[in-house]
Amino acid sequence: MEAEEVAAKPPKGRFCTICNQRRAALKRPKTLEQICRECFYAVFEEEIHGVIVDNQLFKPGERVAIGASGGKDSTVLAYVLSELNRRHNYGLDLFLLSVDEGITGYRDDSLETVKRNEIQYGLPLKVVSYKDLYGWTMDEIVKLIGLKNNCTFCGVFRRQALDRGATLLKVDKLVTGHNADDIAETVLLNILRGDIARLSRCTSITTGEDGPIPRCKPFKYTYEKEIVMYAYFKRLDYFSTECIYSPNAYRGFAREFIKDLERIRPRAILDIIKSGEDFRISTSTKMPEQGNCERCGYISSQKWCKACVLLEGLNRGLPKLGIGRSRGANNEQSKNAKEAKGIDSIQSKQCGTLDF
Amino acid sequence: MACNSATCQSGGCYREDNGDKIDDQFPQPPPAVATESTQQRLSNGKNSDSAFCIKCKLKESMAAAFSSSSASAQVTGGGGGGGRGGASDSSPYCGDCFRSNLYGKFRLAVTSNALISPSDNVLVAFSGGPSSRVAIQFVHEMQMKAQKNFDASRDRSLPVFGVGVAFIDESSSISIPAEKFSQAVEEMRLVVSNLAPPVKEFHVVSTESIYSSDSNNGRNRLKELLNAVADVTGKEDLLVHLRMLALQKVALKNGYTKVLLGTCTSRIACRVLEATVKGQGYSLAADIQYVDARWEIPVILPLRDCLAQELNILCSLDSLKTVEVHNDHHSGINALITSFVKLLQEENPSRESTIVRTAGKLTPFHFNRMPEPDDCNMQLASQRRQKKYNLKPNESLPPESPCRICNSPLKKSDVKSYKLENQIMSAEDISNGCCTSCQFQILPKDISLLEHFYSLLPPQMAARGEYSCLGEDRWLREQIQDCLLSDTEDGT
Repeated sequence: MEAEEVAAKPPKGRFCTICNQRRAALKRPKTLEQICRECFYAVFEEEIHGVIVDNQLFKPGERVAIGASGGKDSTVLAYVLSELNRRHNYGLDLFLLSVDEGITGYRDDSLETVKRNEIQYGLPLKVVSYKDLYGWTMDEIVKLIGLKNNCTFCGVFRRQALDRGATLLKVDKLVTGHNADDIAETVLLNILRGDIARLSRCTSITTGEDGPIPRCKPFKYTYEKEIVMYAYFKRLDYFSTECIYSPNAYRGFAREFIKDLERIRPRAILDIIKSGEDFRISTSTKMPEQGNCERCGYISSQKWCKACVLLEGLNRGLPKLGIGRSRGANNEQSKNAKEAKGIDSIQSKQCGTLDF
Repeated sequence: MACNSATCQSGGCYREDNGDKIDDQFPQPPPAVATESTQQRLSNGKNSDSAFCIKCKLKESMAAAFSSSSASAQVTGGGGGGGRGGASDSSPYCGDCFRSNLYGKFRLAVTSNALISPSDNVLVAFSGGPSSRVAIQFVHEMQMKAQKNFDASRDRSLPVFGVGVAFIDESSSISIPAEKFSQAVEEMRLVVSNLAPPVKEFHVVSTESIYSSDSNNGRNRLKELLNAVADVTGKEDLLVHLRMLALQKVALKNGYTKVLLGTCTSRIACRVLEATVKGQGYSLAADIQYVDARWEIPVILPLRDCLAQELNILCSLDSLKTVEVHNDHHSGINALITSFVKLLQEENPSRESTIVRTAGKLTPFHFNRMPEPDDCNMQLASQRRQKKYNLKPNESLPPESPCRICNSPLKKSDVKSYKLENQIMSAEDISNGCCTSCQFQILPKDISLLEHFYSLLPPQMAARGEYSCLGEDRWLREQIQDCLLSDTEDGT
């Protein structure tokens, strides 16, 4: 792994540039400073603390769910957040919330990791599964629709699943482990795909404040490489395999590019995020209006929320429903709704009965 | 990921067909005229649809011409030109329709944004490459048409705009073998002189001429300045800024009123990503519009809607001579982005357009409008035109201050206010007068070197003041002229 080559010995006698006492053990990916492990832990943790304080992410007494996939980001997030909660007295009630998409060989293994995290960090765990919520696992979905748009389904379903799980836990806030690399990739993707509306929102550190559960990203300025390094040196228990369905995702282009970019100029990742924050996007640009889904009550800008649309497609064997450009989608939906109510109400599986 | 955007054309939003406009325009079977080409088509047994131009449906499309002939489309001399590539370089249009379509884009850009007016004297920047070669050609055609109208008209009311061509000699900053260089310059001179009347002057300007002192001193200062920049990308970008200063200088000296760049869609797509990656998201909108009036001589980009591929095809179609002066090797971040965009374009041919369209939705600045001309009649005409094309009205916001080096508008929160004491610039003042991107990649890291670096800057950068919007001020003043009690602003 990359962390190993960074940990190789620097020239003899080089001291940590921060404490000047201990031997430098690594080069910090963000700044290329040569520092010792203890100082690395300190700057890593304190930078995150700074982000939390500067952006006023939490209030004392809040119940906070950590989106935990068992991967490095969420494991490190759980570890650091519980540590900072203790050290700086945030006064938070922390929980682990995990989503089971039903991907054999991937998710079932990573869930084991999360269960271990529950014990290691002493944080109560809740698991919500696609099978329970929607009646479909990702494996079943991929079998039906193939490998081209599966990420769309998974992403849409996961967003709702997290909100439903958070509601079940009765938490005030959701935190996710999205790191600087993720957000930089998203900024690039939105430019490449012409999504000006998302472009204006994707750099916000807190989103969904007017929705059911606000969510924030404390790792917004934290480099993925540093998260890996932290997990490696602290020997944290995490699951390091990529989702087996991911190789075809368009995001791969942006990811490759950012990896190359980081090699030339490490600070470029933060510069992309800064650009994303600074883009002059007119507030009069047509933004989607927020309403509620007619079928399940979830927050939605259309008549039906995306999850309901996709689900309808799956249940009726129309995998392309909700994918690609909509041509009079609302007409189609209302037509479908009339049909569905009459005939398929027994057969079609609803999104879930939670009222929002 | 599916998105709700109706305009998304990414590979991720999968559709059965490619969503490419061309696909929707498959022609009806051509008219039953027994021309040679029709018989040829019938005997070929080829798919009749793709063999003919999709627009006029009469002549053979370039794609068909390419695949049927063994020799590729005409290749021009010199590098950088021509449809040497595979079938992807050809087009479903026939040669004539392609040319008129491309020229049409140019003309629409010029007329709808009032880029060139009859009283203008336009300086076209020529690098030798295909984009600026086409720019020269199109401007020349437009001028010829105006000249014809002028000759034919009885009252000779509308004058014909003037055209000149400038080449920036960067041989002191980039190593080019002297012989190759002088030969390239001669070829360019020939290209310009071969353009039929009206005659266009050809200027060769060296980068060091932006220093007002004698050439040797200028060359040394320039060399020292470039050597002081450690970052490879920073050096490249600094050269681009110096190039613009040189263009401005030659335009001012020779009485030109507009500077015309051949910047195409593909170049702008790269510029968008470059700016994003360097933290210049705030000022990005300033560089990518049709009009950039920050400068004393406004800069116009009429080829903004043309793809590099289209310009290449036109050069080979019409045998437009291009000249390769030096291997335009970008390095560092700019090279990475160029290859990234190329990769994306191969994966989806509408990617460059999508990037530019997205960036086009960013709010431009007040200087991205053509400054109002003095003549009252022209003013009304241009106002009518602007209204017709729904250009944004004047925003009454205070203008931004420019970065000393790249002239980009500084974000208010990034500018720490500073006061100049006795006109002496402290290191902090120098740093604060530049955008964060220039601070990082161009200014020296060592603070003790800042003042010396400042002394190496050309005068236009060292003395960079606020953006000049003289035209607007004058117009505003005229509105309230009759209520003013004194002639000057401070009431004396």
